[in-house]
Amino acid sequence: MAQPETPETEPHSEHTGDDHGHDDHHEQSFVSKYILSTDHKMIAMQYMFTGMIMALIGGFMVYAFRTQLAYPGISVPGYGTVSAGEYNALVTNHGTIMIFWVAMPVLIAAFGNYLIPLMLGCDDMVFPRLNRLSYQIFLLSAIVLVVSFFVPGGGFGGAWTAYPPLSAKAEYSLTPLGSTLWLVAVALEFVAFLIGGINFVTTAMNSRAPGMKMFDMPIVIWMIVIASILFMASVGPLIAGAVMLFFDQNVGTAFFDPDRGGDPMLWQHLFWFFGHPEVYVVLLPACGITAEILTVFSRKKMFAYKTVINTALGTGILSFFVWAHHQFISGIDPRMANVFTITTVIISIPIAEMMFVYVATLYGGSITFSTPMLWALSFVVEFLLGGVTGLFLGASGADIYFHDTYFVLAHFHYTFVPIAILGTFAGITFWFPKMFGRMMSDKWGKIHFWGTVIPFNLIFIPLFMLGAAGQHRRIYSYENFPELAVPALQDLRILATNSLYVMLAFQVIFLINFFYSAFKGKKASKNPWDSNTLEWTAASPPPHGNFPGAMPNVYRGPYEYSHPDREDDFWPQDEPA
Amino acid sequence: MKPIATTRSATGIPTGKLAVWWLIASEIVIFGGLLGSYIMHRLGHPEFGGYASHTNTVAGAINTFVLLTSSLTAVLAHHAAEQKDGEKAFKYLWFTIAGAATFVIVKSFEWHHEIEQGYTVTANMFWSFYYCAAGLHGLHVIAGAIMMAIVSFRARAGKELQQVELVGLYWHFVDLVWIFLFPLLYIAK
Repeated sequence: MAQPETPETEPHSEHTGDDHGHDDHHEQSFVSKYILSTDHKMIAMQYMFTGMIMALIGGFMVYAFRTQLAYPGISVPGYGTVSAGEYNALVTNHGTIMIFWVAMPVLIAAFGNYLIPLMLGCDDMVFPRLNRLSYQIFLLSAIVLVVSFFVPGGGFGGAWTAYPPLSAKAEYSLTPLGSTLWLVAVALEFVAFLIGGINFVTTAMNSRAPGMKMFDMPIVIWMIVIASILFMASVGPLIAGAVMLFFDQNVGTAFFDPDRGGDPMLWQHLFWFFGHPEVYVVLLPACGITAEILTVFSRKKMFAYKTVINTALGTGILSFFVWAHHQFISGIDPRMANVFTITTVIISIPIAEMMFVYVATLYGGSITFSTPMLWALSFVVEFLLGGVTGLFLGASGADIYFHDTYFVLAHFHYTFVPIAILGTFAGITFWFPKMFGRMMSDKWGKIHFWGTVIPFNLIFIPLFMLGAAGQHRRIYSYENFPELAVPALQDLRILATNSLYVMLAFQVIFLINFFYSAFKGKKASKNPWDSNTLEWTAASPPPHGNFPGAMPNVYRGPYEYSHPDREDDFWPQDEPA
Repeated sequence: MKPIATTRSATGIPTGKLAVWWLIASEIVIFGGLLGSYIMHRLGHPEFGGYASHTNTVAGAINTFVLLTSSLTAVLAHHAAEQKDGEKAFKYLWFTIAGAATFVIVKSFEWHHEIEQGYTVTANMFWSFYYCAAGLHGLHVIAGAIMMAIVSFRARAGKELQQVELVGLYWHFVDLVWIFLFPLLYIAK
């Protein structure tokens, strides 16, 4: 942040890595075009592809440990036998990667970087070099995390929540280097997103196209901005906590060591004060992506645009007052548990309202079941299931039984998978024509969709049942638990794992469709979905500077579909009245 | 060529200033988390008062005075920059940097003395918080000084004079954090 107003003096990089012939003015070396670019579209691609690689790593981890759970002791093809210590490291890093290195970089950083300047009608972020720095720190954090798997002692295995004293003492965790590298990686990732978030928020506040008021911004931009602010406001205490934990690990302080006057509960508070708003940090961008797609493919004005924004703001504020529902059985005062039960139940109201608004947007529309629309609809349906099961856990009485069981695990996967998988695929399939100038195959897109959504439910419905039957999380093998090792429960584990294999196999179809279409797909027009927002007025893919010639002016809100006075059923934001 | 995005100002607030405010907001939360944790411990441990009596209140008071004075010179630098007097802004910024240097030097003597007496970062919870909080603040002092040095040379060349105000804003924030740290760590018994 040393030079906030330094002008961007370097030449702009060419747009994203496609095979188009926009080779205007200057030839650029590979490094300055793809690695050191300050162009927001290129940085978005860097975030997206890094996120995809990390998703493959996180997916490989779940393949290894789910195989161990379904077929205990088997040598996992491509991995080998999973030891108890490795199992812990695998589940820990699967969770960490999927949240911090997949959901955040793709949903916030990739879509945020790509869409904010285009949808606001400007040519770049307000701080292009900070933007590049943010990605570079993020990449470094990913490298540190991957390195941590291979150091002596192996990767950190103390769960993604990293509760001390397990995470603080090497003699407990048995990963002296792994724990510290894990912590450093997470802290670097936070710094990257703080820098990126400041850039997003300032760009949205200051660089909108002439005529575009705050309430003319597309909902997805609002959501990414609110998410960035939530992140900024919640992560600080955990950064302080990370410094303290680092000192506990490496200097010998005792912030979280009860034997020497420290307090392990303090970490839980610092962690969940961040951890719960973090759910909304990733949820809101997915809600925003969904909102764009639902309006476009039902050809209807967004029902209650301002209500959605206010709901998101309200949810954001409320999300700071629910964190201790993660700690109902950690020994907090039962009177506090009552308070947090009430706030937790209250926060389900605005989100339920948002889902109703989405359904109301669909009502009476002329719906096209395109691939992005299927993903968006599935997000609404599946996320609702995730939200409803959360009520059982938010009620402190029920949570005493459900805490730390697979019910919790199934619940948050029913929220996170719709967010990070269904929401992401919705966004990628929707904006793919803009990003790469070519259409993805709709047929293979739909095959991939059904091949993902059906197995997803078949993975996690059995896990709900296992959780309700009392199966605890983070157990390497249930063979030593006679009441859990019964065949009826083992069959459910096998069903979940086999469904996972199916789901993973269908992702190969996505990857083929993605890369084949990026190079060989049908050429996309400027505005293949007849959408209103500004990114569709730029060429596909947008050239350097996004809008060569005149920058767009904005005359109306983003959701004027099927206006009664118009022949066209859409009305682009930049078309003069 | 400057991207058009950097030249717009829909809020009427310059983009750089807006970003510095957001930076300060996120830093407040970081220090807020650390100091909040400290205060919670402090309330539960009356014996912290006894440990705090071994801090060097005189050195802390001198440093408070130094930082407050340096904030004054930061304001004078901003004033000079508004008058387009880059040379003068350069001079005042270096007075401010001198304040930062004095602060760090006093701090290092103070810590040296305390460590010699056995009050190290691992001595007990109070000293752990003491070194963590003051150390994190010290890093901000050093970072602020480096930023001011960069901005000062630009200002002397008559370039980017608005940055003098931005770095000043940040410096006031660093100063303000110390205003919280000093009573919490040194004075409260």
